[in-house]
Amino acid sequence: MVVRSISGSQSRTRAFKMTFIYLALAVGMVIVILPFLWMVSTSLKTPADIFKIPTVWIPNPIVWDNYPNSMTILPFGRFILNTSKITGLAVVGATFSGSLAAFAFARLRWRGRNFMFVLVLSTLMLPFQVIMIPQFILFRELEWLDTYLPLVVPAFFGGSAFNIFLLRQYFMTISPELDDAAIIDGCSRFGVYWRIILPLSKAALMTVVIFIVQNRWQSFLVPLIYLFDQKKYTLALGLRLFQDQYTTEWELMMAAATVSMVPVLLVFYFGQRYFIQGVVFTGVKG
Amino acid sequence: MATLQEQLATTSTRKQKPWFYLNGEERLAWLLVLPWIIGFLAFQLGPMLASLGLSLTEWRMFTPPQFIGLANYAEMISGDPLVFQAFKVTTIYSVVSVPMRIALGVLVALLLNASVRGLAFIRTVYYLPATVSGVAVAMVWLLILNGDFGLLNRALSLIGIEGPYWLTDTRTVLASFILMSLWGVGAGIIIYLAGLQGVPNELYEAAEVDGADDWVKFWKITIPMISPVLFFQFVIGMIDALQEFAGPFIMTQGGPGNASLFVMLYLFRQGFEFFQMGYASALAWVLFVYIMLLTLFIIRSSAVWVYYEGEVRGS
Repeated sequence: MVVRSISGSQSRTRAFKMTFIYLALAVGMVIVILPFLWMVSTSLKTPADIFKIPTVWIPNPIVWDNYPNSMTILPFGRFILNTSKITGLAVVGATFSGSLAAFAFARLRWRGRNFMFVLVLSTLMLPFQVIMIPQFILFRELEWLDTYLPLVVPAFFGGSAFNIFLLRQYFMTISPELDDAAIIDGCSRFGVYWRIILPLSKAALMTVVIFIVQNRWQSFLVPLIYLFDQKKYTLALGLRLFQDQYTTEWELMMAAATVSMVPVLLVFYFGQRYFIQGVVFTGVKG
Repeated sequence: MATLQEQLATTSTRKQKPWFYLNGEERLAWLLVLPWIIGFLAFQLGPMLASLGLSLTEWRMFTPPQFIGLANYAEMISGDPLVFQAFKVTTIYSVVSVPMRIALGVLVALLLNASVRGLAFIRTVYYLPATVSGVAVAMVWLLILNGDFGLLNRALSLIGIEGPYWLTDTRTVLASFILMSLWGVGAGIIIYLAGLQGVPNELYEAAEVDGADDWVKFWKITIPMISPVLFFQFVIGMIDALQEFAGPFIMTQGGPGNASLFVMLYLFRQGFEFFQMGYASALAWVLFVYIMLLTLFIIRSSAVWVYYEGEVRGS
């Protein structure tokens, strides 16, 4: 009897505790979501509704025209195309060169491997600003200014150390017996990379691709330094231009911001399994 | 069947091979890493060393660089009060926002770890802000923080508080950026949650037998067990925060009265607006050394507060 009464009070405390936890989590979720809702809601308002007090959440009327207007006031179609091109090339370059290096670190035995791996990891700590200016001078000497080369070429030379690290960690989890079996069957070492490791690492490759897309799509500082001609602008630079020229047209700005976020959010939504796995796997966000 | 003689022959020839001889596997390995090495030398190490040299020159891009010794560094210390201001702003921002982000992240992770239902969904929602960044986010926050009709002041007015002009008030502009950084805490939550799930249950059970309450369990078990994760996030977070750029560049341009002049912003201005490449390089190196020193300090202090399983400690 005594035991039951104790457990009764325990389950009551637990119920109380769980209610509190759900409540706290719900409040947090509302705070997290509100800026998104506010953005979308503003993007559909008339200018008058934006300033109205009390707050208008559901615009009346709903001004769908803000979207086509925001996209044509500046050549956003072109900006999106430019950004897609850069992002696509960076994805191809960084996944290919990064996975090659990761394969060497995870699967091949060679003197200097540990030293090189530490070197790769140490570049994770290298702040971009130290190399920003000499890189600019280098690319100026190469006459690469105002082209996409400074944004794309470095990706083909290994890309971010983070990708190499993530892929290497993943390759290590694949049983080496598979390699040996393949080699006995006459497969070359490069064949092991191409026919065994890569096909088995689709999840990790997907994670890397998602991180690169997310990064490149929204990257601001690097395009800001290297691109001058408006026709070559990326989405981020276009948004910035927009904000500069139409400071007060909030509804159009929010429509453009929403359009620019949608691809990133979609990529996240459909790839969240890989995303979260990648974050957990490395302890770093790309 | 290799005879003993043959075996001896191969080992002796191996001995004779010079140190730089590479067998097939090693050759392939270097070949595969070669792109990264080229990239590292050309785009990272080379430029870094070059910038150290540049920092000793006066160079305005259009005339040849002039060697001026340590004059840029002297100027930073004694002639340019904005350098101190920029480092002050950046340090306050980093030192306040990073621990707050970690505390908030751990708090939410703890709530999520209480075997809640719909974990995947809730986790996704919290992660959303971490997926977006840069200009679009800055624009949205520009609207949220607007003094007259922003969302934040609208919310505050509901509880009878008249909010300030967040971004144009020297007293609140840094707080605004800190608040904004807290919104993107989601990536940390996932990492902490994974850490919490890795803490063995027996530890808690044993502590319960000894009569420990939740508070004691949290400080004596949970925190020590996830301290390596916290440590790593602290280091990465600081390096990131000290390089903050897009937010202040778009939202305040360093204002009002340089109250949000982050180092990166000042560096960009010197390099790409005033074309003071030598001075900007010196500034970059000072920031780099500053980041390294802070990181080193955190690593040193970690011996006191980070617990690694299997580590033997003298008391």
